[in-house]
Amino acid sequence: MKLHIDTTLNQEPAEFLCAPDETLLSALRNELGLTGTKEGCGTGDCGACSVLLDGRVVASCLVLAAEVQGRAVTTIEGIASGTTLHPLQTAFLKEAALQCGVCTPGFIVAAKALLDVNLDPTEEQVRYWLAGNLCRCTGYDKIVRAVLDAAANMRSTRA
Amino acid sequence: MSEQIFTTVGTRPIRHDGVDKVTGRANYGADLSLPGMLYGVVVRSPHAHARIRSIDTSAALAVPGVKAIITGQDVPLVDVKLGMGEGAMDLKDMSDNLLARTKALYHGHAVAAVAATSLAAARAAAKLVCVDYELLEPVLSVDRALEPGAPILHDDLVTQARPPIEATGPTNIAGRLELQRGDLAAGFAAADIVVERVFRTPTSHQGYIEPHACVARVNEDGRINIWTSTQGPFLVRDATAAMLGLDAANIKVTPSEIGGGFGGKIPVYLEPLAVVLARQTQRPVKMVMTRDEVFRASGPTSATKIRVKLGAKKDGSIVAASASLYYEAGAYRGSPSGAGAMCMFAPYNIPNFHIDAYDVVVNKPKVAAYRAPGSPMAALAIESAIDEIATTLGLDPVEIRLTNAVTEGNLAPYGPPYGPIGFRAVLERVKASDHWQTPVAPGVGRGLACGFWFNAGMSSSATVMLGSDGSAAVITGNPDIGGTRAAQAMMVAEELGIPVERVRPSVADTDTAGFTEITAGSRVCYATGMAVIEASRDVREQLRGRAAKIWGVTVDETRWEHGRVVPVTPSDARTPLTVPEIAAKLAKTGGPIIGRASVNPPMAGPSFAAHICDIQVDRETGVSKVVRYTAVQDAGKAVHPSYVEGQMQGGASQGIGWALNEEYIYSAAGVMENAGFLDYRMPVASDLPMIDALIVEVPHPGHPYGVRGVGEVPIVPPLGAVANAMSHATGLRFTELPLSPPRVLARLQQGT
Repeated sequence: MKLHIDTTLNQEPAEFLCAPDETLLSALRNELGLTGTKEGCGTGDCGACSVLLDGRVVASCLVLAAEVQGRAVTTIEGIASGTTLHPLQTAFLKEAALQCGVCTPGFIVAAKALLDVNLDPTEEQVRYWLAGNLCRCTGYDKIVRAVLDAAANMRSTRA
Repeated sequence: MSEQIFTTVGTRPIRHDGVDKVTGRANYGADLSLPGMLYGVVVRSPHAHARIRSIDTSAALAVPGVKAIITGQDVPLVDVKLGMGEGAMDLKDMSDNLLARTKALYHGHAVAAVAATSLAAARAAAKLVCVDYELLEPVLSVDRALEPGAPILHDDLVTQARPPIEATGPTNIAGRLELQRGDLAAGFAAADIVVERVFRTPTSHQGYIEPHACVARVNEDGRINIWTSTQGPFLVRDATAAMLGLDAANIKVTPSEIGGGFGGKIPVYLEPLAVVLARQTQRPVKMVMTRDEVFRASGPTSATKIRVKLGAKKDGSIVAASASLYYEAGAYRGSPSGAGAMCMFAPYNIPNFHIDAYDVVVNKPKVAAYRAPGSPMAALAIESAIDEIATTLGLDPVEIRLTNAVTEGNLAPYGPPYGPIGFRAVLERVKASDHWQTPVAPGVGRGLACGFWFNAGMSSSATVMLGSDGSAAVITGNPDIGGTRAAQAMMVAEELGIPVERVRPSVADTDTAGFTEITAGSRVCYATGMAVIEASRDVREQLRGRAAKIWGVTVDETRWEHGRVVPVTPSDARTPLTVPEIAAKLAKTGGPIIGRASVNPPMAGPSFAAHICDIQVDRETGVSKVVRYTAVQDAGKAVHPSYVEGQMQGGASQGIGWALNEEYIYSAAGVMENAGFLDYRMPVASDLPMIDALIVEVPHPGHPYGVRGVGEVPIVPPLGAVANAMSHATGLRFTELPLSPPRVLARLQQGT
């Protein structure tokens, strides 16, 4: 029997049906059509499926879909506001911080969770915060620069 | 080649596919779903080497939701070769790798496939497929494979050898290549110092983040659609057709966005199975590998054993070199041992050498290409030996390489003379770099290593379509792994003199794009780019014709100049016409303009690279950390420097992972015991420093802009650079990768 789940998805009320043992990742991709969240391993090791659950970054492959009842989920599809990209998205483009791009949604979601709590991170803080996200193409150099750039831009906008 | 003036090439525009990729909209292999779709799951051998006596699918077929189960009996074993570039791909092995017929040759070898209405049902049924195996001893190393009396993987295997050798009965040696020059004995006799070492590298994986995935649909009229994440949509089409006995003209392959490949998404694993299941069920079938399957059943690269012997004079000049290379092929022939042999001495001018290289089958997954296939392991051996000689003689690591570095006119070890190459320029850039100029910090070891890669040409096509608004679209058939669409748009912008934002690049399906070989060999920016440039020039020629029409003159009275058509005669009062001005009159001057080109350059310009690695080792735990890293490379011409730097940084970090941590750990039974990202430890952000990428540009004369390939050579030096750095940090010479904490600690405790 499927479960009926009421949740908040990308700032909008949403409901869906899922099997009791279905992961949040599967529900997002298969029930809700939000394929921006990627599966790289299914074991919580690569971070490609990162989403925000009540503002905290989680590996959606390790969360049961039923657990989001009454909670708020933010996916990569909810990071930009309307036609305005988030500063992280702009910085990733400007810094060429993606090559194949499959890990990019997870990195942007995870980095947003960092900047939500710390708008002035050091390089080392960025590197350790993002240590749960694997990228095989870039060597992380341009990703780290993009996150630091986005943080600087956001600080200057707020100042 | 005179210095060219570029307007767009060499700048850093935002990539055209970027917004889709930072918003989650870009569709990768597993992102497509179709109505009525079934889920396909592969049943895999739990044994590394076993004869298949029988397969019973009755219990699995009884699982509710199961629509079809196929085994090797349902797919003909074909014995054909598929023409591919300069070589030919043997589809018999690929076909047997797809579904084992008589023998399972590695743990994870596919033996059956199930299609069901849900993934859960398909997985449940897969567990109930009952295979009766007769267990055989697994062969898990080249040493065992070559022992007299070792189990033979393929009774009919014949050693393919250049030069030919006499066949001597059953063997696990699939191939042998020998290269030589000069008088080896005389060379070593003249040497003041001789170093001989044996190096070993483990099986390691490309580690792309996106697992293999595809969807296949068979239409009512028999036409077949395949959507897949691949480096070669035309290869998927032709290999699938050949392996299933189908007409390739009835198959359309649409490449998805590709989440990394590094060579590993060249082979065909899932697509033919999905097609057979779709044909049997008349429903679309989706198949996605798990990460576990990617490790166990897609192609990693060879574990190797390499012996190298190097003789040099006191001034560091190398007078003799010999090497024996043994590369594991996995279950079927085809390791990159030959490429390793050709690359190994390629950076150095060595008067006397001998190399023999062996392709050896073992009970592990069939290796696939992995970024400069075969070269990094060979470079580890030669670069470590050179480092040891330099250390013993008290020579500077850059100077000893400059003493021996090849230059234009020198013969490559594999035959032809080099054209203009950038190896010396790369070494000079190393010398001038801030990293090399900065003294080594206390407690840190610094290593230098170099690398060579051929780069590939091969067939490519491109179409450029001019819009009446003066914008342009460019279509090619190469999946874009690292920014090649942006580079292609830049080439169109460069040639037509229009803003790069006004060019729309697409990667099209096999019915839409002209034939193009795989995205591999660092060839897309080079060869497909050449087609794009020529197609743009075709547009330019047509624009001259239209300008001539507007002016009422002959084409000969017009010429192209910086994004516009101008009259040939300077006194001519006619105002030059820009692309948008001519484009606005397309309908009145003859209709739309479409430029097209196809190319088949025989070989690209070779690439050389040199990397500097600073490493710090904790002597109590053996844990090491790369604290500074610089990559220098000759790109010929960097079209989009950010993405060239990205290739250099990515290759460096992949190589650092290979050097320090990555390895397949096998049980005695041949089962990989670390088939996940937790235990197969690839570098994460906190493991690495920033990686300085210094681009050298020595133009390749075979390309209109001087482009060489850039994607592969960056993974060649890191193994040696890290090992040399480790050696200087510890005072111990390391010859076996990975340099993981337990191995380093053991050596530190031994003290030798």
